[in-house]
Amino acid sequence: MPSLKTLRLRIRSVKSTQKITSAMKMVAAAKLRRAQEAAEAARPYTERMDRMVGSLAKSFADAAGAPPMLRGTGSDQTHLIVAYTTDRGLCGAFNSSIVRQVRTMAHALRRDGKTVKILCVGRKGNELLRRDFGNAIVGAITGLGRKVMVYSEAQAVAAKISEMFAAEEFDVCTVVYNRFKSAMTQIVTAQQLIPLPVPKADEAAAAKGPQAVPIFEPDEDDILAELLPRNLAVQLFRALLEHAASEHGARMSAMDSATRNAGDMIDRLTLILNRSRQASITKELIEIISGAEAV
Amino acid sequence: MAERIEFELVSPEQLLISEPVEMVVVPCTEGDIGVLPGHSPLLAIVRPGVIDIHEGGKVKDSIFVGGGFCEVNPERCTVLVEEALPISSIDRGEAEKRLTDAKAAFEAATDAAAKKAAETEIKTAEAMLQASAKQLH
Repeated sequence: MPSLKTLRLRIRSVKSTQKITSAMKMVAAAKLRRAQEAAEAARPYTERMDRMVGSLAKSFADAAGAPPMLRGTGSDQTHLIVAYTTDRGLCGAFNSSIVRQVRTMAHALRRDGKTVKILCVGRKGNELLRRDFGNAIVGAITGLGRKVMVYSEAQAVAAKISEMFAAEEFDVCTVVYNRFKSAMTQIVTAQQLIPLPVPKADEAAAAKGPQAVPIFEPDEDDILAELLPRNLAVQLFRALLEHAASEHGARMSAMDSATRNAGDMIDRLTLILNRSRQASITKELIEIISGAEAV
Repeated sequence: MAERIEFELVSPEQLLISEPVEMVVVPCTEGDIGVLPGHSPLLAIVRPGVIDIHEGGKVKDSIFVGGGFCEVNPERCTVLVEEALPISSIDRGEAEKRLTDAKAAFEAATDAAAKKAAETEIKTAEAMLQASAKQLH
């Protein structure tokens, strides 16, 4: 049985831990709201970008002259996996589920004799993947979204990827991130960015007959050449926003359960403390009484 | 002029404007394009410049935009831009600083990609300065 003093100290330490976790929960909740608002605000842009790229890509779907970002390089030998993880821990299984997905993908690709390269966004991914895939990691980008994710950060990531693509360092690019479903659930998602998957023309639209071909200015090739790198940035930005919202959601629920666990532990320790205090009082009383009787 | 066209100005961070207008003039790479209701479908690259929203034959609103895209169909004109700022809130000093910075970056750039990025930045800053000149009128 631990002494009363150690028990008291222990309770005090658990209490201060609980204070920290509950404060972190509040912070995460506030950040989650901001991140959700940002994701909400960005939706119109990404939706319209999708529509534009979709309508343009369809006309190019199987043309030989399509730019490589849309059509691919013609091979699928080297894969680049962009893994979105957080810079900081204490967010439950958030990073480990991303890392697990990346690992599974990388192993499957290697089994097929393909080369895998990994670009880590966020400090944690780099730390967790370094041991197994140290030589496959081609870069790490950290310090994104200190306050709110801004578009220029996604542009920086996109610039790095386009640069690598231009240097023919990979053929296929996939981004792995946590999609935000609710504060409690995040869905690990792998989305292919290069070559861009072209949405199939749906039957309903086809039934309506050929649509008016838009005027292009200057021309299709130039627009596509401008649009695709930007679309890449937009897709990355969308993933980043989802990632940020998921991160804060995950942290919030992790900290919520940590606070609850600390509360349980305090209750348990208090019970032990009270019992042993009572026991020592009883023991002293017995000693006094039996001492008095002996006289 | 009862007919109106739905005009949308969207930046990556948010939907800036979504309202029916009589006419809107968009700066494109090949020249400014005036969009009226019933315009035929068009896809164009937007250059850094000023978008004018016309109402009752007069310019109602002027917004400075960085580069982007413009999609037009008979009912709607959607402009996607990377940055947008009403010209009344352009800070001339800041725009000038941006231009000098961009020019310095252009001089310092070693590879083609950095040079191109700096060039775009210079164009944006120049357009911003020009736009700020309109403020007084």
